[in-house]
Amino acid sequence: MTGMRGLSVFISDIRNCQNKEAERLRVDKELGNIRTCFKNEKVLTPYKKKKYVWKMLYIHMLGYDVDFGHMEAVSLISAPKYPEKQVGYIVTSCLLNENNDFLKLAINTVRNDIIGRNETFQCLALTLVGNIGGRDFSESLAPDVQKLLISSSCRPLVRKKAALCLLRLFRKNPDAVNVDGWADRMAQLLDERDIGVLTSSTSLLVALVSNNHEAYSSCLPKCVKILERLSRNQDVPQEYTYYGIPSPWLQVKAMRALQYFPTIEDPSTRKALFEVLQRILMGTDVVKNVNKNNASHAVLFEALSLVMHLDAEKEMMSQCVALLGKFISVREPNIRYLGLENMTRMLMITDVQDIIKKHQSQIITSLKDPDISIRRRALDLLYGMCDVSNAKDIVEELLQYLSTAEFSMREELSLKAAILAEKFAPDLSWYVDVILQLIDKAGDFVSDDIWFRVVQFVTNNEDLQPYAASKAREYLDKIAIHETMVKVSAYILGEYGHLLARQPGCSASELFNILHEKLPTVSTPTIPILLSTYAKLLMHTQPPDPELQKKIWAVFKKYESCIDVEIQQRAVEYFELSKKGAAFMDVLAEMPKFPERQSSLIKKAEDVEDTADQSAIKLRAQQQPSNALVLAEPQPVNGAPSPLKVPIVSGSTQDPDSVARSLSQPNGTIGNIDPQIPSPDLLSDLLGPLAIEAAPEAVSTDQHGPIGAEGVPEEVDGSAIVPVEEQTNSTELIGNIAERFHALCLKDSGVLYEDSHVQIGIKAEWRGHHGRLVLFMGNKNTSPLTSVQALILPPAHLKLDLSPVPDTIPPRAQVQSPLEVMNIRPSRDVAVLDFSYKFGTNMVNAKLRIPATLNKFLQPLQLTSEEFFPQWRALSGPPLKLQEVVRGVRPLALPEMANLFNSFHVTVCPGLDPNPNNLVASTTFYSESTGAMLCLARIETDPADRTQLRMTVGSGDPSLTFELKEFIKEQLITIPMGSRAIVPAAGSGPAQPVAQPPSPATLADDPGALLAGLL
Amino acid sequence: MGIRFILMVNKQGQTRLAQYYEWLTLEERRALEGEIVRKCLARNDQQCSFVEHRNYKIVYRRYASLFFMVGVDDDENELAILEFIHLLVETMDKHFGNVCELDIMFHLEKAHFMLEEMVMNGCIVETSKANILSSIQLMDKAH
Repeated sequence: MTGMRGLSVFISDIRNCQNKEAERLRVDKELGNIRTCFKNEKVLTPYKKKKYVWKMLYIHMLGYDVDFGHMEAVSLISAPKYPEKQVGYIVTSCLLNENNDFLKLAINTVRNDIIGRNETFQCLALTLVGNIGGRDFSESLAPDVQKLLISSSCRPLVRKKAALCLLRLFRKNPDAVNVDGWADRMAQLLDERDIGVLTSSTSLLVALVSNNHEAYSSCLPKCVKILERLSRNQDVPQEYTYYGIPSPWLQVKAMRALQYFPTIEDPSTRKALFEVLQRILMGTDVVKNVNKNNASHAVLFEALSLVMHLDAEKEMMSQCVALLGKFISVREPNIRYLGLENMTRMLMITDVQDIIKKHQSQIITSLKDPDISIRRRALDLLYGMCDVSNAKDIVEELLQYLSTAEFSMREELSLKAAILAEKFAPDLSWYVDVILQLIDKAGDFVSDDIWFRVVQFVTNNEDLQPYAASKAREYLDKIAIHETMVKVSAYILGEYGHLLARQPGCSASELFNILHEKLPTVSTPTIPILLSTYAKLLMHTQPPDPELQKKIWAVFKKYESCIDVEIQQRAVEYFELSKKGAAFMDVLAEMPKFPERQSSLIKKAEDVEDTADQSAIKLRAQQQPSNALVLAEPQPVNGAPSPLKVPIVSGSTQDPDSVARSLSQPNGTIGNIDPQIPSPDLLSDLLGPLAIEAAPEAVSTDQHGPIGAEGVPEEVDGSAIVPVEEQTNSTELIGNIAERFHALCLKDSGVLYEDSHVQIGIKAEWRGHHGRLVLFMGNKNTSPLTSVQALILPPAHLKLDLSPVPDTIPPRAQVQSPLEVMNIRPSRDVAVLDFSYKFGTNMVNAKLRIPATLNKFLQPLQLTSEEFFPQWRALSGPPLKLQEVVRGVRPLALPEMANLFNSFHVTVCPGLDPNPNNLVASTTFYSESTGAMLCLARIETDPADRTQLRMTVGSGDPSLTFELKEFIKEQLITIPMGSRAIVPAAGSGPAQPVAQPPSPATLADDPGALLAGLL
Repeated sequence: MGIRFILMVNKQGQTRLAQYYEWLTLEERRALEGEIVRKCLARNDQQCSFVEHRNYKIVYRRYASLFFMVGVDDDENELAILEFIHLLVETMDKHFGNVCELDIMFHLEKAHFMLEEMVMNGCIVETSKANILSSIQLMDKAH
C-alpha cells in the first residue's frame, strides 16, 4: 500500500495464516498493538493514525469486532490534509453506524467541509452523509445540501453527490427536508446535460415521486426527454457510452422513475415515449459480446416493465409477451431467469393470462432446471398462472417435483400445492387425493394447517366422507407412512370409518388393528388422536363386539397411568364413558360442521407476501386493479356455535379443558358454554402440544372426579389454561437460558427457551456429520404472537438451513421448523438463533445458542488395547497430538469423570491404562472435511490434587486435535459456561428477565422438564 | 434502495472487500457473507448469475479467482447491476493494469476510493471511468 509498509506487512501476515486460529491470533496481536498506540497520543502522528485506522478497517472486513478506535477514525475527518481527511471519511462511513455518538461530534466539521470552498472536501463530506447520515444530519445539513444541488456555481462533480446526499436526508427524516416548490427545481435538474448529475438526480426523483407523484408531474416529460436523448445517442460523451450503448444505467433509472407515475396524460409525451419504447422492443438484437448483450437487455427488460405499467395497447402487450415467451426458452440462463420473473410480474395485468398459458409446458420444463434460481421463478410463475382450467396439470407437476426438490423449497412447494388444490379443485375428491399425496410424499414439510384444512372440508361435505375414509384406509396399507398420515387417517376413520363397514378389511375391528399397528411408531401428540379414534370405533360397533371392546379397553387401561396427562386423561375418560352406553353415543357422535371461513393456508401465504418490501412493483400493483390471487375477506370470528361434542382431533392439539367441559355436558353440570372458550375449530384455536403445560391444572380438576362423579367445578374456564394474565404485557423469562443450553449439549431434546409467552423446544437427531433439528415454537397465549422471526447466525464451520418460520404464531398453536445442520470442519463455535417476536406492543428478542456443539458430531467408540496403542503411537506429537496441563479443574472422582466423558460421546476404555489414576478414551468425529476420524485422549490425574491434570489428545487432523482438546478442557474446568460465550447468557434475553418468582404453573410442575421428557 | 452491499470474495471464501450500504451488526454480516458465499461458490457456469437469499437478490460475477457479489433489492434491474460489476472491474483494470486479487488486497484503500466514487447510499453516482479515477489521481499526486 502506498507508503504504509506496516499495513502491507500486516496484510501479508494475514494472507500467510494457515488457518482461522492463526489468523485470529495475528489479528488479536494487531488489535493490542493498535490499542496501545492509540493510548499514547503524544507519538501518534496523523500518518500513524491513518495507518492504524486502515488496519482497523481491514480487521473489521475480516469479520472481527473492532470496538475501539472509532474516535480516532472520526478525528481524522478534521485533519487539514487531503490524504488523512479522506481516510477519516471513508473508514468512518464503513465502521460506524448512523447512531454512533462520535458521529454527532463530527457534524460541525462535516458541515464546514460541505459549505467550504474546497470541492474535494465537499465531495468527501457529502458522500459520508449520503452513506450514513442520520436524523441529526438531516436537521442540521439539509438546507446546505439543497443549496449545493441547485447552485449554478457548483461543478457537476459536487452536485451529483449532493443529489444522493439529499436523497439520504430525505429518506431518514422527510420532515426535516423542505421540499416545497422542489418540483420545479427537480425539473430544472433533469435538464442538466451531465450524465453523472442526471444519474443521481433520477434516483432522487424516484424517492420524491414515490412519496407524491402529483407534485412532480412536471418531471415526467423531462424523463422522457432524457430517454429520447439517450436512445438517439445525441450528445452522449464517449465516456458514458458502454459497449456502444448510451449509459444503460441512466436509461434504466429514467424508465424506472416513469413507473412511479400512474399514467401519462399528455398525448405528445406519451407518443414520444412509446416511440422510444417501440425502438427498444424492436431494435434489441442478440449480439456476441456478452457485456453489450447484457447492457442492451437490461434496457430491454426495463422497457418491458414500463410498457406493462403503462398498460399499452393490446398489440404492444402481445409483443411483450411474445418476447418473454422467447426469453423463457433460450439457453442463456440469465435471460431465461429474467423472462420467467417478468412473466410473473406480467400476470398482474389482465387479459394476457391466456397468452401466457400457451407457454405452460415450457415453464414446467424450467421447474426441472438444474438451477435453483430458475426453478424458484418457475414455481412462482406456475403458482401465479394457475386457475381452474390448468390446476390439475400444474398441481400434478408440483407434486412430482416435490419428491426431488431440495429441502429448502419443500415447505413452500407443499403449501403452494395445497393452496392451488383448494382454490381450483374441479372436484373435492381430487382435492383430498392431492392433500393425501402431499402428506405421503413430503409429510415433514406439510404443516398442520394443511391436514386440518382437509379434515375441515371432509367434515363439511357429506358426499366426500366415504371417499375420504376409503382413501385413508388405502394409505394405511402402505408399509411406512408419515406420522401426519397416521393422524389424518385416524381422524377420518374415527369419524367416518363406519361408512365403509361393508367393504372388505374395513370392519371396526380391522380398522382398529391396522391403526393400532401404527401406535408404537408414533410420537406422543399422535397417541391422543388414536385413543379418540378407538373410542369412536368402539361406539360405532353395533351390535357391540366384545372382542374389540376387550382390546380397546386394554389399551385405555394401559394408558391410564401414562406420564402424559393428556393421554392419561383421555384413557381414563374414554374408559369410563365407554361403560356408559347411551351417554357415550351422544358424546362421541360425529363432529358438527365447521363454520365457513377463509382458508388459513391462504392467509398464511398472504402473510408471507405482506412482508415484502414496498417496491415499485408493489406500488404499481396497488395502483391498478389486480386480479392477484388472494381474496381477503374479513374472517368470521365469534359467530361459530360452540359444538357440544368431543373434538377428537384435539389430541394433536390437546385442549384438555374443553375436553373436560364437553365431556361433562351430558351430565348437565354446565348448562351453557362460555362463548369465550376456544371453539374446536381445528385450524386456529386448539392448542399445540405445548399446551401440555396447562395439564397440571386440568389434572387437578380431574382429581375431583370430573367424570364418574357429577359436577365439574365451574371455575374451569378457558382462561384457567393460561397461566399468564393477558393484560400484563411484561415478558418473564422462565428458567436459565445458559443452563438450558448446557443441558441440551448433552441430550437431544428439551426446552431451549421459555418465557411467559413462548416456549421453544428442540429435538435433534444426529448422524455422522449431519444433524436434523426441529424447533418447536409454541405460543402459550390466547392472542397471537406477531412479527415472529427466527434467524440463524451460523459459524463458519456449520452449514445450517432453517425452514422459514411464519410471521405469526396463532394463539396456543405450535410451529415446527426443521433445521438441517451439516458440519464442515471441526470447531467449537456455536450457531446462534436470533429469535424475536412481538406480543402486544412489546418486542422481545433473544439470542440463543443452538446446541449443535462439537460433541454432537462424535460417535462413541470403545477400543481394545490392541486397537488403541498402535494408533496412539502413530500420532507422534504436535500438531496431531497435543498435550496440556490443565489447572482449575472441577474436582471429580475418577468414575464421575468417566461418566462426564461418556456423556459427550468420548468413550472411556477401561483397563487400558495400567495406572489407575489415568483415563484413556476414544471417539469418532464426523465432519465434511475430515470425514469420519478417530480421536484418542488420555487424562492423567493427580490423586493428591484433583484440581489439576495432564491431558493428551490426538487425531489425524491438527485442527480437530486442537478443537477437541479445548472442548474437553472446557468441560473439565470449573465454570464451563461463559468462558467463550458469544452470546451474553441472559442479558440479551427478554425485557425483564429473571429475579421474579416463577409463575404458579411453573411452580406446580416444571412444564419445561415435562415437555423435554415427552419430546 | 437499490444496492445493499458489495462483496469481493475469493474462491476460498475469504472476503477481500466488503462495503455495506445498510447497517448490519458484525454477526449479521458474518452470517450473511457465509451463507451467500456458500451459495454462490456452489454454482457453476451454466447457472444464472442471480441468487435469491432472504430479502436480497445477489447478482454475482466471477473473474478468475475472485467473486464480485452485489446484494440488491428484489426489484432491482439485475442485468444493469451485472454490467455495473463489469464496469467496476474495468475501472480497476484501468487503474491497476491487469487487476488481480492481490491488487485489491494490498490496495484496499484504492478499491474503496473507486467504489466511493461509483456508488453512494446504494445508488449509482458515476459511470465514467475518467471521472471515477480522477480523485484517486488527485491523491496519488498528493504523495
